[in-house]
Amino acid sequence: MNTTSTVVLLLAVFGATAVEMVEALTIVVAAGVTRGWRSAVEGAAAAVAVLTVIVLAAGVPLVHYVPIDALRVAVGALLLVLGLSWLRKSILRASGHKPLHDEDAIFAATSAELTGDTDSGGRARGSRDAQGFAVSFKGVFLEGTEVVLIVVSLGASQHRLGLASAAAGAAAVIVGIIGIVVARQLSRVPENTIKTGVGIMLCSFGLFWIGEGAGLHWPGNDLAILALVGVFLLVTLITVRMLQLPEPSR
Amino acid sequence: MKMLARGGRAFGRFWWDFLIGDTPEFFVATLAIVLLALLLRHQRDIAFFVLPLAAVICLVASSLRGRGGSSGTP
Repeated sequence: MNTTSTVVLLLAVFGATAVEMVEALTIVVAAGVTRGWRSAVEGAAAAVAVLTVIVLAAGVPLVHYVPIDALRVAVGALLLVLGLSWLRKSILRASGHKPLHDEDAIFAATSAELTGDTDSGGRARGSRDAQGFAVSFKGVFLEGTEVVLIVVSLGASQHRLGLASAAAGAAAVIVGIIGIVVARQLSRVPENTIKTGVGIMLCSFGLFWIGEGAGLHWPGNDLAILALVGVFLLVTLITVRMLQLPEPSR
Repeated sequence: MKMLARGGRAFGRFWWDFLIGDTPEFFVATLAIVLLALLLRHQRDIAFFVLPLAAVICLVASSLRGRGGSSGTP
């Protein structure tokens, strides 16, 4: 396996997991602060366990039983759809046409919602709390689903499911530790920049695998991924600049 | 049975949102790119320019279209 595609795989999986984990952690912290840490942590751990089972259940058969070329076209198409969508959102956010993902606002909204429920429900502090568990589970599970798709897609298409899973796990642990240390300051994470980078890598990988699966062999083999990364980066920068210019009056 | 149906609906909704959502143009463009890749697999020199160009045109056009809808959810 070429080093270039392995490095891009690691970066894409790590970045995607980090972005989604920041979003999930905001919800877990809000649930922990308002409903108690025990249930919040248990909910998050249960979601991670379910996501791990999904990676194994979906990824292993894909690696072993689906013809590699068909798998690469399908995976490439999935990655391209996801990558284009992430990149569009990032471009609109960077150019000021869409509000940035505000972790502070999400934290405040989730906390307010859960605090209100505490007041009416009268939960005993320190005991297990069903709502804290459910909110935490849902937050991690929903945000983690896209990560699972990326891990399974990238891992299966390159027969590196273990490596992709390890990169996702490492990102989850690192973001988790940062989350514990900085607690409510997750808004400082440059989420849109990371999302832009991951979007560029997903688009590049997607296009590369569609071509390879269809029988094209890109010039320079895996180095073509870097050329595609360069193309998408340039187009992203130009589009953000274009969108920052005032619209011509009619 | 009800739970299965609900799960199935949620699963379908997830894939619909994931693949189509509010940017159906990406789904259509991706299908077109796959088709182009299959058609042009014996004309590599053309394919290497056409495939990235198609993706880039779709991305730029969709972003320009999104300029109007600044009230989207984060």
